Amino acid sequence: MRPRRSDVAVVVACGLALALCPVAVHAHLIETGLGPVYDGITHFALTPEDLIPALALALLAGLRGKDHARRVIFALPVAWLLGGIAGTLAGGPALAVPAWLPLLALGGLVAADLRLSPAVTTVIAIVLGVFLGYANGTAMAQAGPGLRGVLGIAGTVFVVTTLAAACVAAWQAGWMRIAWRVAGSWIGASGLLLLGWSLR
Amino acid sequence: MRLANRCLAAASLAALAPCALAHVQSGRAAGFVTGFLHPVSGLDHVLAMVAVGLWGVQLGMPAIWILPVTFPIVMALGGFLGLLGVPLPGVEIGIAASAILLGAAVMTERRPPLYVAAALVGFFAIFHGHAHGTELPPGESGLLYSLGFVVATGCLHAIGIAIGSVHRWPAGRIALRIAGGGVGLAGLFFLWRAVA
Repeated sequence: MRPRRSDVAVVVACGLALALCPVAVHAHLIETGLGPVYDGITHFALTPEDLIPALALALLAGLRGKDHARRVIFALPVAWLLGGIAGTLAGGPALAVPAWLPLLALGGLVAADLRLSPAVTTVIAIVLGVFLGYANGTAMAQAGPGLRGVLGIAGTVFVVTTLAAACVAAWQAGWMRIAWRVAGSWIGASGLLLLGWSLR
Repeated sequence: MRLANRCLAAASLAALAPCALAHVQSGRAAGFVTGFLHPVSGLDHVLAMVAVGLWGVQLGMPAIWILPVTFPIVMALGGFLGLLGVPLPGVEIGIAASAILLGAAVMTERRPPLYVAAALVGFFAIFHGHAHGTELPPGESGLLYSLGFVVATGCLHAIGIAIGSVHRWPAGRIALRIAGGGVGLAGLFFLWRAVA
C-alpha cells in the first residue's frame, strides 16, 4: 500500500523535528557489573526517555493490527541497532532526542487512534529507532560499553516491543481498546507537560 | 499439568534472576511519587476530578471515556502554560467553579450534547493544570514527574467511574446525585475561600 501524501508529510515533519532538536548531554552509565550487554539492557529498561517511546510505538502498532505490529517489532530494533552502531562509531558528544517529542507525537497518534498505512508506521519506527539508537550509541561510546552495550539495548527493544505489541494486538475487545487509547493520551499529556518543563 | 508447568517456569525465572547493582541515576522514583501525589494533595482538585468520572458514568458511552481523556490532555495544556509563566486570571475561582458546576451537573443529571460536556470539562481542566504547572517543584525528573502527575489524574477519574458504577441501581442514582450535591457545596466553600 502506498502511503498517502499527508502521511508522508507527518513523518517528514517528525523526522525533521527530531533531527533539529537533539542537544548535547552528559552520558551516564548504568553499571550492572555483569558486562556491557547487560549494561545496555539495564540502561534501556531503566531509562524512561527510551522505554516509553518504544512502548508508545508498540501501542500504536498493536492498535493498528498484526500487520503493523509485525513490521514494527523488526524495523524498530534493527533501526535502533544501526543508529546505535553509527553513534558508537561517530563518538563525540552524547546526543539526546528531546524526550517530549516522541511522547507527544506517539501518544497523540495512539489517543487519536489515527488510521495509518503499515508503511507509515514502519517509517515512524525507523525514524524513532535511528535517532534514539544514535543517541544511545554516542552515550555508550562515551561511557564505555560501546557496541556490545548497543546490542543489549537493541535486543531489549525487540523483546519489549514484541511483548507490548502482542498484548495490544491480542486484547482489543470492549474496554481494552479504550484503555490502550487512554494510555496513549496519558503519554501524550506527559509529553506536553515535559515540553513546558523543558522550556521553563 | 499446565499450571504445574507455568509454576515451574516462573520458579525457574525467579531463581535465574540476576542481582541488580546500584546505578548512578538518582531521584527518579522520587520524581514519579512527587508528581503522583501532587494532584491528590488538594481536595478541590480531587473532588473536581472524581466528579468528572461520576458525570461520565451518568452520561454513558462514549462520554464515560471521552471526558476522562479530555481532562488530563487539556490539564497538561494548562500545566504547560503555567510552566511557561503565562498568566491566567482567577485560577482559584475557576477551580472552585469547576467543583460547583460539575457537582451541579452530577446532582441534576444534566445531559448536554457530548461536545458541550467535553468543552466544559476541558475549560475547567485548564485552571487545574495551570495551578499545578505553577507549583511544580524544580530539581525533579521532569518526565517521571509529568507521568506521575497525569497518571494520578487519570486514577482519580477512574475512581469516579468506579464509584459511579452504582448508577445502575435506583438507590445508587440517588446516592450519586447526593454526592454531586456534596461536591457542589464543597465548591461553594472553595469559592468563598478564594474570594475572601
